[in-house]
Amino acid sequence: MDANKGREVKEGFRYTDKHEWIKPDGKGNALCGISDFAQNSLGDIVYVELSASPGSTISAGDVIAVVESAKAASDVYSPVSGKVLELNSAIEDAPETVNKSPYDDGWFIKLELSDTAELEKLMTPAQYTDFLAAGG
Amino acid sequence: MEIIFNKSKTGKNSYAVPQWKGKEYPLDSKYTGNSGAALPDVGEPELVRHYVNLSKKNFCVDENMYPLGSCTMKYNPKINEKLASDPGFTALHPLCGPESSQGALKIIFELEEYLKKITGMKGVTLLPAAGSHGELTGVMIIKKHFEKTGEKRDTIIIPDSAHGTNPASVAMCGFKLKEVKSTPEGDVDIKALEGMIDKNTAGMMLTSPGTTGLFDRNIKKIAKMLHDNGSLFYGDGANLNATLGKARFADMGFDIMHMNLHKTFSTPHGGGGPGAGPVAVVENLIKYLPVPRVIKKGGQYIFEKDMPDTIGRVHSFAGNFLIYLRAYVYIRLLGAAGLKDVSETAVLNANYLLSLLKDDYNWPIKRKCMHEFIINDKGFPSGITTDHISKRILDYGFHAPTVFFPLIVEHSIMIEPTETENRETLENFADVMKKIKKEAFETPEIVLNAPHKTPIRRADVVQAARTPVLKWE
Amino acid sequence: MKYTLLNNDDKTLMLKKIGVSKIDDLFADLPQDILLDKLDGLPEPVSEMEIFDILKSESCKNSTKRMFLGAGSYNHYIPAVVDDLASRSEFYTAYTPYQPEVSQGTLTAIFEFQTYMCRLTGMDVTNASMYDGATSLAEAVMMSARNSRKDKVLVSRAVNPLYREVLATYAWAAGLIVEEIPLKGLVTDFDAVKKLCDDETGAVVIQSPNFFGCIEDPDASSSGFSAFKKEKKLDLIYTVTEALSLGFLKSPAETGADIVCGEAQSFGSPVSFGGPMLGFISAKEHFTRKIPGRLVGLTVDSDGNKVFALTLQAREQHIRREKATSNICSNEGILAVKAAVYLGTTGPRLGMLGKLNHNTASYLRENLLSAGFSPVSDDPFFNEFVLHNGKSGFDSASAGAGFDLGEYYPELRDCTLFCATETDTMQSIDNFIEKIKSGSVWK
Repeated sequence: MDANKGREVKEGFRYTDKHEWIKPDGKGNALCGISDFAQNSLGDIVYVELSASPGSTISAGDVIAVVESAKAASDVYSPVSGKVLELNSAIEDAPETVNKSPYDDGWFIKLELSDTAELEKLMTPAQYTDFLAAGG
Repeated sequence: MEIIFNKSKTGKNSYAVPQWKGKEYPLDSKYTGNSGAALPDVGEPELVRHYVNLSKKNFCVDENMYPLGSCTMKYNPKINEKLASDPGFTALHPLCGPESSQGALKIIFELEEYLKKITGMKGVTLLPAAGSHGELTGVMIIKKHFEKTGEKRDTIIIPDSAHGTNPASVAMCGFKLKEVKSTPEGDVDIKALEGMIDKNTAGMMLTSPGTTGLFDRNIKKIAKMLHDNGSLFYGDGANLNATLGKARFADMGFDIMHMNLHKTFSTPHGGGGPGAGPVAVVENLIKYLPVPRVIKKGGQYIFEKDMPDTIGRVHSFAGNFLIYLRAYVYIRLLGAAGLKDVSETAVLNANYLLSLLKDDYNWPIKRKCMHEFIINDKGFPSGITTDHISKRILDYGFHAPTVFFPLIVEHSIMIEPTETENRETLENFADVMKKIKKEAFETPEIVLNAPHKTPIRRADVVQAARTPVLKWE
Repeated sequence: MKYTLLNNDDKTLMLKKIGVSKIDDLFADLPQDILLDKLDGLPEPVSEMEIFDILKSESCKNSTKRMFLGAGSYNHYIPAVVDDLASRSEFYTAYTPYQPEVSQGTLTAIFEFQTYMCRLTGMDVTNASMYDGATSLAEAVMMSARNSRKDKVLVSRAVNPLYREVLATYAWAAGLIVEEIPLKGLVTDFDAVKKLCDDETGAVVIQSPNFFGCIEDPDASSSGFSAFKKEKKLDLIYTVTEALSLGFLKSPAETGADIVCGEAQSFGSPVSFGGPMLGFISAKEHFTRKIPGRLVGLTVDSDGNKVFALTLQAREQHIRREKATSNICSNEGILAVKAAVYLGTTGPRLGMLGKLNHNTASYLRENLLSAGFSPVSDDPFFNEFVLHNGKSGFDSASAGAGFDLGEYYPELRDCTLFCATETDTMQSIDNFIEKIKSGSVWK
């Protein structure tokens, strides 16, 4: 079996120790989602509820979604502070998208960053790879 | 799939509702409805065949060993059922008054006395209808206690190995939760606990023995740490079968505990319930117990409702009486020696089965177990997990163990044989487990695609959750 | 009596294999000073024959002759097939159906129960049972509050007072506020809801037929309750304690219910001194992922055949832990199986049974009125009703009949709640009335 299955780490993203990612677009906005490791650990995702509401301001660590698989459930937290611009409601209709495409089609919310310096506190791809290697 | 609604055909049902020979008392049609017409139209012979055929698709403990860890699936004596169907009990109305229910009240009173002896506690309520209901009642007692003492303690500590009911009960009572880690050896991490106990700590919940099937070697120390801080120590008695008649929860240092009559005291599980979850407490917490309480006054048993410090009522009536009755019968049949034989045999059976399996299966916490033990899928070929192993066990005519719990052991397989299995059955089960290990290497497809011989093949639980269909259309 | 199966040779062999010399070595992790030689204070063991006699003598001390008593627990005839089928080992001695491959019996029966309850209540989803009516009400209120994020609930005074006590206990623990909607006669004063409702109010709880047996009709009120409920986005939580009324009366959905909860003991289970009972929660679709307790769903197996499995378990405590929709684990599974068999037996004739109950109760009421009782209200009722004892000189306790309302409703002192079901024949009612008229009923 593929040893890297469920452990892919993408460049250009930052990561949290709870396995969320954030992808800044360089213009002050960013997409957030969960990592390949997170989707793989959960297993087949059967349900996503995006609890953040567009237009609201949230802080780093606030719950933005709940993800359920047949045998597990997990809250998803915002990696940084910001204003919620958009929710990816497509993943509510087709939750398996998060399994299939955790870094692209399976994004959760789009944020306007309050403070880009917050990004620096998160793990780089190299750091996150090491974090996973150390047992996640 | 057979379902009763598929057998419906207009005009087949001929259930004879007794004829009313008096005059009609019409009810305004704005109050009446017709939803009963949506019920299936079937006759009694096919109804019987339907459920008898359905029943054959169920595994049950009367059929073979049911090694579900933490569920204590022991044999349920048949005399229990015979006595619990006596119309003198089943036809007794809950509000009939003490003068009409002296026999039933006496059984409640005496069972509470027996449970006091068994736990060493000073007060017992039978009211909670299940173990989790007992937990909720127990946590309410903790809340009430600190409300009365005026202390603002808002946190309860729970080990990471706890049953999910513990944190859920704590949350329902508005307490904050702190999770304490377990050591690799399966005890509560005393150092971590020391750092957690503070002036906000209302109490700690601990399953004894733990969900790992191991008895916490620091139990008295934990109790002392809590008591020195003015906190209460809650004992989850889900695994009481391991120490029944052998040691008492009060002597371990617990202040409150619940029992599961449907596990330890042999009442059948009924495919999910009913159970009963009595709560026992030390002297100074008796005043908080839920109402009604059964007391003896002037030679008569009565319901006492007037208790100023009670948490209140937790059940419509007096709890699951017919479950009490079965537990009462069981205790009377076994007596003190028989109860001790239960825990000794349960622990002996578990350790024997463990000794048969420990060379073939990974044994993550290498301590002699109590009534249950944990192994897992480490060492199996890649791709074959606990999930596949448990499904393959079904093919050999045993029920699967508890899997993926507790969460502190990866891919846990938790096995509780109980005391009512003989040596040969334990050996047969061990042979099956070894055979599955062999198959995993030699013919992995057989294990990966299991089960093969069950009434249905592997159910797709992902589809069930993605597109929930929860009623027949 | 013992149910263990090891002889001395077995024990010796097993201890040797384990590598210890005696059983107590296996208890080495316990504090050694707490190990017992023998528990004190338990009676000596008895044989099966002896316990049979002991329990028989206790059962004989009970009197099941109490008449015309309902108040949340109902005596109905249970067809023989119900116990015959539900008491099969395969149903009775199975655990929760966590392994669907060997549990299709229980799963199918529970799925049928869910369907029956949905059809009778008009709701979209029903769970696989709760402990009893009172706790199902408490959990229904908590579900509604979680969903609306509002912490106040208005509860009619016509809801079973024991249920309201349980709700008060749960609400205290969870930090919810419960306020009472007063009575208007013997039904809920829906006009009062407007005054009691504020921004923090999320739900209104009624019971129908209510504790007094009367049928609640929110739309009969002059205040336009339905419109107000819609405007304020209130959940109408509709409690049923006499499930046999379903199928005869208008369904709760037709009365505007968003959540239906309560007691289905009437469907195939005896009164059993109050337990086990059969709690349930049914609700509209948007509560599907908020509902407490187990749910059985339809799916397929790896051969593509339709099968059943427990589903949406991520709501439950064993997965979601402190964020679960409830802590409930064990439920009243076998009673749900009984209910499924019962409803399959009565089938579409359930409504006829309801009608018989209504006729029987009406006949009892008419005759009690002729025996000196006086009416308290003219509200339509199902199979229970309230009368003032009037000039009859009646006393519930000494007559062994009915339920005296004075304890829970001081305003209804000297009033009695009577219930009659299909088990009460015209002859038994006539005999009872005769005794009341002759005064011999309380001797």
